Amino acid sequence: MNTKVKRQILAADGTPLKVKLAQTNRRRQLRAIWLVAPLFLFVSATFLVPIADMLFRSVDDPVVSTLLPNTTKALDTWNGQGLPDELVFQTLAKELRARRADQTIGKLASRLNFEKSGMRSLFTKSGRKVKHIKTGPFKEKLIKIDKKWADGETWSVIKRLSAPFTGVHYLAAVDKKLDRNGVIVSQPDVRQIYVILWLRTLWISLAVTAFCLLLGYPVSYLLATLPLRTSNFLLILVLLPFWTSLLVRTTSWIVLLQSHGVINDLMVFLGIIADDQRVRMIYNQTGTLIAMTQILLPFMILPLYSVMKTVPPSYMRAAQSLGASPFWSFFKVYLPQTIPGIGAGCLLVFILAIGYYITPALVGGQDGQLISNFIAYHMKFSLNWGLAGALGTMLLISVLALYWLYNKVVGIENMKLG
Amino acid sequence: MTKIYKLSSFLVAGVLALGAAKAQADSITAVSWGGAYTKSQLKAYHEPFEKKFGIKVNSMDYNGGLAEIQTQVQSGNVTWDVVDVELADAIKGCDEGLFERIDHSILPAAPDGTSAKDDFLPGTLTECGIGQIVWSQIIAFDPGQFSGKKPSSMKDFFDTKNFPGKRGIRKNPKVNLEWALIADGVAPGEVYKTLGTAAGVDRAFKKLDTIKSDLIFWEAGAQPPQMLADKEVSMVSAYNGRIFNAQVTENKPFVIIWDGQVWDLDLWAIPKGSKNLKNTLKFVAFSTDTQRNADQAKYISYGPVRKSSAPLVSKHAETGVEMKPHMPTNPKNFKTALQNNFVFWADNFDEINERFNAWMAK
Repeated sequence: MNTKVKRQILAADGTPLKVKLAQTNRRRQLRAIWLVAPLFLFVSATFLVPIADMLFRSVDDPVVSTLLPNTTKALDTWNGQGLPDELVFQTLAKELRARRADQTIGKLASRLNFEKSGMRSLFTKSGRKVKHIKTGPFKEKLIKIDKKWADGETWSVIKRLSAPFTGVHYLAAVDKKLDRNGVIVSQPDVRQIYVILWLRTLWISLAVTAFCLLLGYPVSYLLATLPLRTSNFLLILVLLPFWTSLLVRTTSWIVLLQSHGVINDLMVFLGIIADDQRVRMIYNQTGTLIAMTQILLPFMILPLYSVMKTVPPSYMRAAQSLGASPFWSFFKVYLPQTIPGIGAGCLLVFILAIGYYITPALVGGQDGQLISNFIAYHMKFSLNWGLAGALGTMLLISVLALYWLYNKVVGIENMKLG
Repeated sequence: MTKIYKLSSFLVAGVLALGAAKAQADSITAVSWGGAYTKSQLKAYHEPFEKKFGIKVNSMDYNGGLAEIQTQVQSGNVTWDVVDVELADAIKGCDEGLFERIDHSILPAAPDGTSAKDDFLPGTLTECGIGQIVWSQIIAFDPGQFSGKKPSSMKDFFDTKNFPGKRGIRKNPKVNLEWALIADGVAPGEVYKTLGTAAGVDRAFKKLDTIKSDLIFWEAGAQPPQMLADKEVSMVSAYNGRIFNAQVTENKPFVIIWDGQVWDLDLWAIPKGSKNLKNTLKFVAFSTDTQRNADQAKYISYGPVRKSSAPLVSKHAETGVEMKPHMPTNPKNFKTALQNNFVFWADNFDEINERFNAWMAK
């Protein structure tokens, strides 16, 4: 008899073991997916979808093309020189009346006003008066309502915003705009603000990161080298403010730093400064720097501490017994081993700082405001969501770029968060 | 056991749902500027209204402007039923379809029978807004902070050499630009004509630049008296009623400079799409009748807009202080007063505010 018949190993219920194993594995995977599903749904609903929406809003610009459909179509044939013809004026008058009736003229006027100041009043005013224009010549009568209708610039703004998608918000986010002929030019001096804000945000974030490292490194070293009982107590001192509400900590800084606050009073009492020469430490950049450094400090200390814990103290002793000076052995032996902690701490602090919002809003005064404060301003007050979206997208991209750079220089696998 | 549990939870849910529905039907949300001003409205309008009609008035605070109202109206989720707005915003919001038009015939006549139309001061009734009070923005200071000569005019506010110290101003171009021009020598009557030109706006900003390094900005009306009390500033712009409140009920030694005061109106306006329109209209009519309009002035020094209310204003409700000398409209205070030009600001606010923001952040 040929014994070469392949015998399959069967499970108790008769199915081949291989199949059975695959089934079990699949079931386990499915169960894992079910366990992850709530988190996945939560993250997509609260994180991915809003980010996608923000990206979309920064280029989406449907207002003018949907509210003035015929005017924008009629403007297609206008070459941008001189004024459009009578037909365009007539179409516009008709659509203005319709927008006034369905009360969408405010929305239209707001959108145009973001692009060029003065458009809001032009549209609301014309909308109010256009009902008296029943017959032609429409061109003449509209210009009589407001002479801005005789300005080619007005029409080129409408024409420019006719496209349903636009990049103007990104231009505005770096203080640029399109002129009449579609060439990119700078905003007038008195309106330039975002480049300054970007640079300031970058500088404050870097400074806060540097301060946190300078202050946090010795503290972490102390925590890592002291006997466990003392270091645990000290660690509580680091964690306690970390657990305290951000608002409480920020307001405490106001109490401490204001010109008749604790610190100034103390200095006057000790005779360090005169009563009428109190130092202004809050409602300016100094306030933002101090408060943000204190608030972000635990994010530097904790990763540093966890890395330093793993560095055996015998290495330093070995280096010194081999003849290295304390400084040299620190520099050559200890510091390199804490690089993963430094990297993690700096990246954490920097990324948190670059998007910081509440603290600068409360203690920053005017020259301590960051880009995120203006994103909030455009979300909540000016309602220019397109610009807010563009600023937000640029912030997101710059953080991703930094992450990439960090990965290139230090290597993300070297990062240790705890 | 589980049955009882289920039954009772159903019952609880039912009661809660009923309660919620009832609360929705019988309450309105009134939004105003907070602090001492909202308190005067609670005492004079909300409490008597709740007592008389059994409709609860929820009070919320904001810092002016149309942005939040615009968000609510455009998203179709209107939760504010009635908002206390400045005149320029009442006009602009009406133009942009953010407010309901209000039929003036719902307003009660004066006790002597004068119709509401004739009883309200001219210009205090608009298509969408029903006037409540006259208020003004003034400069206040703490005399304790100036050892020698005390400041007395708008020029002194911009003179940090003779009157040293930080200055507090509202985080808003309104009024600040007007004051900059007045301090720069423009006559009150010429201010808005000057601001209407690009050169005039430049001039105002240039004047503001001269004290920029000493400026601290405020947003909520309750902040200025606090800043003065904390000695964070030596002079501050403020709503006159807030300083009055600090002077009278908190016994602060603050002094008001009435020179160059810019006065304005506060009006009730109803965001379009309010879910409680009927009750809200009842509230607007009730809170602007002769008695209520006068009662309000017993708690804070803002002038009533009804002619028939003026004689009823006498003494502060809590301290018995005579109110008339504290009113912005008192002839002694009113000499160099300027009315906030609502047409100018309704048309130009966005443009100038954009520049003001850029100016502040630099």
